[in-house]
Amino acid sequence: MAGNYGYVAVFAIVGVAFAVISLVMSWFLRPHNPSGEKLATYECGEVPVGPAWRQFRVGYYIYLLAFVIFDVEVLFVIPWALALRNLKGQGLGLFAVVDGAIFIAVLAAGLLYAWKKGALKWE
Amino acid sequence: MGELIAFVVLGAIAVAAGIAVVVVRNPVHSALFLVVNFFCLAVLFLVLSAEFVAALQVLVYAGAIMVLFLFVIMLLNVAGVFESQRDPLRSQRGLAVCLGLGLLAEVLAIAVSGAARLPSGGGTLPQDFGSPTLVGLLLYSQYVFPFEAVSVLLLIAMVGVVVLTKRSV
Amino acid sequence: MPFDVTELVIAIVKALVVFVALLSIVPVLIWMERKVIADIQIRIGPNRAGPFGLLQPLADAIKLIFKENIITQGADKVVYFFAPAVSMVPAIITFAVVPFGDTAHILGRKVLLQVADVNIGILYILALSSLGVYGIVLAGWSSNNKYSLLGGVRSSAQMISYELPLGLALVGPVLLSGSLSLREMINAQGRAGVWFIVPQFLAFAVYLISGFAETNRAPFDLPEAEQELTAGYHTEYSSFRFALFYMAEYVNMVTVGAVATTIFLGGWRGPFGNIVILQPVWFLVKLFAILYFFIWVRGTLPRLRYDKLMKLGWKVLLPLALLNLMVTATVKALAPQSAIPIMSVLSLVLVAIGVIALTIISARSTRTPASGLREPSAEGAFYTWES
Repeated sequence: MAGNYGYVAVFAIVGVAFAVISLVMSWFLRPHNPSGEKLATYECGEVPVGPAWRQFRVGYYIYLLAFVIFDVEVLFVIPWALALRNLKGQGLGLFAVVDGAIFIAVLAAGLLYAWKKGALKWE
Repeated sequence: MGELIAFVVLGAIAVAAGIAVVVVRNPVHSALFLVVNFFCLAVLFLVLSAEFVAALQVLVYAGAIMVLFLFVIMLLNVAGVFESQRDPLRSQRGLAVCLGLGLLAEVLAIAVSGAARLPSGGGTLPQDFGSPTLVGLLLYSQYVFPFEAVSVLLLIAMVGVVVLTKRSV
Repeated sequence: MPFDVTELVIAIVKALVVFVALLSIVPVLIWMERKVIADIQIRIGPNRAGPFGLLQPLADAIKLIFKENIITQGADKVVYFFAPAVSMVPAIITFAVVPFGDTAHILGRKVLLQVADVNIGILYILALSSLGVYGIVLAGWSSNNKYSLLGGVRSSAQMISYELPLGLALVGPVLLSGSLSLREMINAQGRAGVWFIVPQFLAFAVYLISGFAETNRAPFDLPEAEQELTAGYHTEYSSFRFALFYMAEYVNMVTVGAVATTIFLGGWRGPFGNIVILQPVWFLVKLFAILYFFIWVRGTLPRLRYDKLMKLGWKVLLPLALLNLMVTATVKALAPQSAIPIMSVLSLVLVAIGVIALTIISARSTRTPASGLREPSAEGAFYTWES
């Protein structure tokens, strides 16, 4: 098993090396003569007012919180999907399905609740 | 041998990133160092043959929770606030150092006493150790109730999200 | 494990071959995209650089390398510097687990035609694609440009929303094959004698739609909606850094296509599949068919509005993915023999349900426009200018 990840590691090193080398190469090839206008933040010709780092709407944040919850669900569902065959072999197929169904149903209830409360609505 | 090299290199990066999380002034940079730390931990889990935990570490911690952290930092625009001001929690530093040292001592004690209890000559891992299939079999046989409790916990979290974010609207 | 030089050489050669192949698909894909889009819009497309404009992507690359790199005032320089690499590297590394052939015998050794057959293949793909969001969010944030930030935030919320149906859609095939390894998945499709697109058509559709969103492709290209956000998260990027973002988008597209090919279309399987040389050919044929579909969709569909985008992700695709998962699991656990024939029939029912759900949801949203007059600038209330 370690061997398999060794291959992945080599591939990862190649990928990282490509990104680094190409960035360094272009450093030597490209011209460099900055000027005030050029370095200004681009806002279609307007002079920018203040920095872009400001508070922004909470709408995006709700989706992120919901995502974390369901991401955990996805992670729990995958071992279930894999174990189902073994459990079926042990005659526990129905038990396993009901188990998983309860888990998914409880979370689906959460989704439904958020839906009905309008938390998933973009406004 | 490979395991040792991986452990030393990744451990060093993880510790360095961990220190950087605390030392760096910009909260966004801090959060990014934490991502690096999580990623190193994930690879360390892989070295320990805990494949499922490694995937979990990246998927949930690096891929979801840290994005959430970054969003909070960006949403509230705290980056500018903290960089310009003096540390508002200065008085807590002494306490933090004490607690940190205590935790370190505890971890070291566990590591030393744990190492003494390890079988000499090493054991062999059971087949499929750390694989998602085995995790699934355990979750759905021995640990069914904790597992279902997790779903209720997640449901409560979902309700919490809705209540907290929708209150004012 | 004893250190094995041959093994290391094989690893390096394999990594380089796959990497070079992946990077040479990108210019072909860019050329194909421009030609196909041109065809759809009754234009000619690139035709100056080389025969049929084939050298156009190369010309673009050379141009970008020699362009000046601009780091705007007030940008967070370190993060700004690393963001393109952060976007590019996970996109490439994901490809490591995709098999493009069975085993070949080279110099008396069995060599897998795949960088690495990882036990947790699908989790690996999901984990790495969940890291892809960083490149975009960091690029958007570090530029200190309002357009970039809006693009980055939009994009990350979108990618995250569609990651869920994407992940859940892949669990259906996992149930049928009983493994997370992509190689095992292809073998399972071989044993079943049918590609998983048949018993899992709904999962395939959900995966592909989520894939469009994950790669920020039309009709989900809001992060770079040029009419509103100039170029979104990479507005301030120039030179080779921009090229890296551009490449990352296409590499992501190739990866999504390759995963779809492997899991739903039988991967390298095809007629005369036992001839090893033909296997990568079949793989590429299927891959390019899916990529053509990507381009076709881009040329056909208009961009979604942001509220509809979120609605589609959370209220259509996510429930459908859950439904598909539950039905597949039930059939798998209770079917006396193989689940695949039963699922192949049920898959039609599921698709019908999916189409009905989509119709109802879209009909409801046309009746009641979500944000009325504010619609063209749904982003209007985004900034609190009084902060």
